Amino acid sequence: MDWGTLQTVVGGVNKYSTSIGKVWLTVLFIFRVMILVVAAERVWGDEQQDFVCNTLQPGCRNVCYDHFFPISHIRLWALQLIFVSTPALLVAMHVAYRRHERKRRFRNGEKIDIEELNNEKIHIRGPLWWTYSSSIFFRIVFEAVFMYVFYYLYDGYQMPRLMKCDAWPCPNTVDCFVSRPTEKTMFTIFMLAVSGICMMLNLAELCYLVIKICMRQPRKTT
Amino acid sequence: MSWGFLRDLLSGVNKYSTAIGRIWVAVVFLFRLLVYIVAAENIWKYEHDEFECNAKQPGCENVCFDHFFPISHIRLWALQLIVVSTPSLLVVFHVAYRENREKHHNQKLYKSPGKIDGGLLCTYLISLTLKTGFEVVFLVLFYKLYNGFEVPPLVKCDVRPCPNTVDCYISKPTEKMIFLRFLVATSCLCIVLNLSELSYLLFK
Repeated sequence: MDWGTLQTVVGGVNKYSTSIGKVWLTVLFIFRVMILVVAAERVWGDEQQDFVCNTLQPGCRNVCYDHFFPISHIRLWALQLIFVSTPALLVAMHVAYRRHERKRRFRNGEKIDIEELNNEKIHIRGPLWWTYSSSIFFRIVFEAVFMYVFYYLYDGYQMPRLMKCDAWPCPNTVDCFVSRPTEKTMFTIFMLAVSGICMMLNLAELCYLVIKICMRQPRKTT
Repeated sequence: MSWGFLRDLLSGVNKYSTAIGRIWVAVVFLFRLLVYIVAAENIWKYEHDEFECNAKQPGCENVCFDHFFPISHIRLWALQLIVVSTPSLLVVFHVAYRENREKHHNQKLYKSPGKIDGGLLCTYLISLTLKTGFEVVFLVLFYKLYNGFEVPPLVKCDVRPCPNTVDCYISKPTEKMIFLRFLVATSCLCIVLNLSELSYLLFK
């Protein structure tokens, strides 16, 4: 039980996505989840053990580490990926509800071809369009919120090598050294870039859906 | 044998749930189980090694850690997930019992074994009540054991063999507190979902 289950759940929504949505899903799982699991987790794996402060005072290292890293990058990314994936479930629930309604009408005697019901191609129209667009909107909002949280918590996206700490019980000001700062900076910038790409894809998908619905309206009125 | 078992159990339960029940399963899967496995477990991984006391007295750290963490947050969280998911098994057993009965009598006794009516409705309501009850019990337990949902960076320990009162420092207290509060928020969300489902079924 791990990211594979999320992939199964969210991957199921792939059937009802636009092409841009399918690209987004691929980018999400290959460039974000996979990178997180096979690379980033190892880079941050020893973060507290190798966080070294220039003092023998017991407790100083714990307190300084907590002061500079209220929540680790790795955990923030994991939460970001979970939150960004979940709006897709709204679409899955809506499609399941539509299928359920049609089955109910079939059972109540309305004439609906059972073959058509099972192989129905779901078109993104009407209420489903609104659900799909809201899910993309929420995805964009969550991405932006997390990018801002990163920027706010860590004063930009760079990992410094040295941090000066004067939290109690450290005596005066103490130098603390972060482990693998350059590697961490590279991964942070990489994850930021991929977040940006995902946001662009979501915006493009939203524009595409809006244009599609606008083009359908004049055709309906003529 | 690991969390995959719970995942399969919850997937099985999904078939016989109402719409709100399915939302509950999604919340438990994604916001509780998945967050626990990919994020929370790693925060508490080295909690004992990183717990540091300002004393060289052998045994002092062990004794203080044991005093302040009779049961670790992460273990309570795991127990909560397991205990809260299992009442759903009652529904699964009841449906299996119905299907068995139909097979035994070789005739259609129910409109559909999985439809929530009659005896199955009772079982479903009982499972919802138990789920809600267990959630509340665990929240109260967390609150009582840890003096609210706080994780202080410093605790003062004066248990033997520590000399007098000793400062002990907990590792990653802010991160632990953030995830503890996240746990409480998702628990409350699940309680609200269970109560809505209960009222929906009672007033239907």
